[in-house]
Amino acid sequence: MKLTNEQLERYSRNIILFGGKGQKKLLAGKVLVIGAGGLGAPAALYLAAAGVGTIGIVDYDVVDLSNLQRQIIHSTASVGQRKVDSARHTLEGLNPDVHVVTYNEWVNSQTLPQIIDDQHYDFIIDATDNFPAKFLINDACVLGGHPFSHAGIIRFGGQTLTYVPGKGPCYRCIFDTMPPAGAVPSCKEAGILGAVGGVIGCIQATEAIKYLLGQGELLTGALLTYDALTMRFRKIPIGHNPHCAICGDDPAIHELIDYEQPVCESKVGKGSL
Amino acid sequence: MTIQVNGDPFQTEKPLSVTELLKEARVEAPEYVTVQLNQQFIRRDDFDTTVLHDGDAVDFLYYMGGGSR
Repeated sequence: MKLTNEQLERYSRNIILFGGKGQKKLLAGKVLVIGAGGLGAPAALYLAAAGVGTIGIVDYDVVDLSNLQRQIIHSTASVGQRKVDSARHTLEGLNPDVHVVTYNEWVNSQTLPQIIDDQHYDFIIDATDNFPAKFLINDACVLGGHPFSHAGIIRFGGQTLTYVPGKGPCYRCIFDTMPPAGAVPSCKEAGILGAVGGVIGCIQATEAIKYLLGQGELLTGALLTYDALTMRFRKIPIGHNPHCAICGDDPAIHELIDYEQPVCESKVGKGSL
Repeated sequence: MTIQVNGDPFQTEKPLSVTELLKEARVEAPEYVTVQLNQQFIRRDDFDTTVLHDGDAVDFLYYMGGGSR
């Protein structure tokens, strides 16, 4: 594969950083973004702009006017459309090099392994808004040996970590199981500053790009927390948890679990921040 | 003595257990917080009996999931 003149121009600032060789790695790369919302929107936009060749988008929601405060991949004209269609339209408009694959469904123990296998994705971005999906994605990635980026955002803050098989802790090492109904507020209840999703979603895209390039240090073995009000980032070193139920010394979990969404939250299932 | 709590110094006159620190530091919903002491996870069952010493570093880690559409 040779870069065209147009690609040499489009990706010229990338090529200064990591050469045509690095750019070809991105063009050959496949990243799955689960959730086309507050995190997935900025993540997918930057992945597409950088020239990541295959981007999968999973979401079963439609664009709502209240999404546009943070979900910048969608526009006023796309209110009422399926999020995957709206996202595809924006990404293809930004960069026609990108093969956008859409999955208009929620992830569960049946669909998620099929979606990951569909294009043999190299890296997965958890941009979901709910704990059943977060634990499901973690477990699918640990059991299947896939690297992924976890993130969560609420109010003026967020957190993110990167899991790479065999390198550092997984999400369940830190949070052993689902919080009970009502224990943790949702964005709908607590609010979310859109730009916080931008900061954290861009970090997730950065991790995916670094992974594809094989360059730099990933956010493995640490949880990065961000507080927009104090403008403080903390990179908290996290050890592997020998008692972890899925990647510990004596794991109890050997298959995917479909947790119920706590009843106090809106719809059962999935969605995106 | 001084303990580092989420990166900030926290002064205390007397030795505290993890459970007592959660109260003193006014942690919201302490029953759902994950605690690391000097980069080792402390099991919830051991919160009462784990006593903190001068110079210890404690991290409170919170669920963050959101949930809006």
